[in-house]
Amino acid sequence: MAAQEVKDAELRVDGVAKRYGAVVALGGVSLSVAAGEFLTILGPSGSGKTTLLKVVAGFEFPDAGRVTVGGADITDVSPAKRNIGMVFQNYALFPHMSVARNIAFPLQMRSVSRSEIERRVVEAMALVELRGYGERLPSQLSGGQQQRVALARAVVFDPTLLLLDEPFGALDRKLRESMQLEVRRLQRRLGLTTVFITHDQEEALVLSDRIAVMDGGAIRQIGAPDEIYDRPADAFVAQFIGESNLLVGEIAAPDRVRLDDGTSVTVRGLGGGRGRVRLLVRPEKMAIGSATNRFTGTVVEAVYLGEAHKLRVRVAGGVELMVRGHHAVSTGASVTVGFAPEDAHVIRGAG
Amino acid sequence: MTPADRARRSAAAGAIALSGPATLLLLALFAAPLLRLLALSVAGGSLAAYERALTNELYLRVIFETFKIAAIVTLLTLVLGYPVAYVMATSGRAWQLVGIAFVLLPFWTSILVRTYAWMVMLGRNGVVNRTLIGWGVIDSPLPLLNNLAGVLIGMVHVLLPYMILPVFNAVKNVDPNLVLAAVGLGAPRWRAFLRITLPLTMNGVAAGVTLVFTLSLGFFITPALLGGGRVVMVANLIEEQVRELLNWAFAGALSAILLALTLAAFWGISRIARTRSA
Repeated sequence: MAAQEVKDAELRVDGVAKRYGAVVALGGVSLSVAAGEFLTILGPSGSGKTTLLKVVAGFEFPDAGRVTVGGADITDVSPAKRNIGMVFQNYALFPHMSVARNIAFPLQMRSVSRSEIERRVVEAMALVELRGYGERLPSQLSGGQQQRVALARAVVFDPTLLLLDEPFGALDRKLRESMQLEVRRLQRRLGLTTVFITHDQEEALVLSDRIAVMDGGAIRQIGAPDEIYDRPADAFVAQFIGESNLLVGEIAAPDRVRLDDGTSVTVRGLGGGRGRVRLLVRPEKMAIGSATNRFTGTVVEAVYLGEAHKLRVRVAGGVELMVRGHHAVSTGASVTVGFAPEDAHVIRGAG
Repeated sequence: MTPADRARRSAAAGAIALSGPATLLLLALFAAPLLRLLALSVAGGSLAAYERALTNELYLRVIFETFKIAAIVTLLTLVLGYPVAYVMATSGRAWQLVGIAFVLLPFWTSILVRTYAWMVMLGRNGVVNRTLIGWGVIDSPLPLLNNLAGVLIGMVHVLLPYMILPVFNAVKNVDPNLVLAAVGLGAPRWRAFLRITLPLTMNGVAAGVTLVFTLSLGFFITPALLGGGRVVMVANLIEEQVRELLNWAFAGALSAILLALTLAAFWGISRIARTRSA
């Protein structure tokens, strides 16, 4: 854990494919993670994100493609020699070893001297704020503390790469949020290139430098959190991240789209041409009493969220729109909602 | 009395009622004859039988031999059984079922039948010797029957499942992610096994060792048939005292000593296992 040394730890995954029998887990995935970057791989279960992580860790060997770290090809290197730190979903702490011995394990495997091990274990425990817990067994710790041990064990040997496999899943909400921030702080401080796996979009938005959205063994989009949220590449990404209203229609004029229910809306950024499109309008961009692109309907559900009210409004043609706003409206009320032309994101080629 | 107390009391009553028939059966068929035998061993208020068993060099040798054989059998079943259990527990579901079937198959056959089968296998002109001579591995038949080797082979065969099953269970209970984690942290597979899997399966090993060792101490049929009278264990001695010499007092004393030593071994092994896992 020599502080802040600059490592050439860029991770590159090139055309990695993996199939199990007839099931394609990864269909030629490529991505790169810059040195010190925090990349999140976000996807539903079965999207291939765990397989990708296992390929990087060395627990699965790909049918095709290469994995390189800092320019060195590690595709055929055994996992024990990859020098990658990993935090497992259930932490995988060794139940028969004390906290200190768990953290010392990777150092022992590297034949580090006894005094050096002692020094670095103490340092790592201080880093995750577990001073004085060295002699406890994992079973005597809370979930959050166990996670800190797993984290300390994964970084104590100066790995070139840190992999996190849904590490916050078992924690309650409050603890999860504080652990997320803590992991991010630690990652920045150590300058570790990090790949984080999750199915929780909120977590992904909070933590990541960039997010790669996966589905069906392929990366659907990769980009900064705001890019993914504001300009999703396709309907899957739009629906997987955040709540969304997707309006399907056909381009009728350079700035107008005729929706399938017959109404017409004004939209910026159509970019010319013809064809079918989906318009993504986030619920917080839908406004009650909007001046443009108006829809009249009935409130079928009203939920108070504390900082906002969430409404489900059924408009003509049976379409339901999600609206997030600051006004309380009761169920059954008749309202007019709409959005500004610049607040719709255009997704081309909707079926 | 609170409702909770009442519930607890009726649950306890239910437990006693349910275990009643089995308890009565054990008392009548096991505890009573045992007590009767113990009573016989001190017939007339004399401890002479015990004195004879524990001072006569011949009998002490038999007791020592019994422990020695039990220890060797335990060691052999452990060395042979652990790898089998490990491979079974870490292979796919289909192979696991095949493995369990093969381990349990001998259980469904009478121990007497299996022991006679070994006599056929191990004799001077048995399958083993003829095959080895046929292959040119040996020139003259190996002495495999009517000696210690025969007894050990027979006992290990009968007792292997008692080692394999608890170890299999223990290996299955080890989270595979722990081994992956160890490997990912830099441990070669064999070191991951020594540092993670082996220590975490010691409870299964302790259970297997306890079962095999205590069962070995009381073995009778296998040494009687495969030992050809040359290998005498305590149980064979007891049988001889009862059947040929009608010396019930001495047989009772030997039984009591065997029982006491078995319990002591049981206690000793579980103590070691406890301190190791603590």
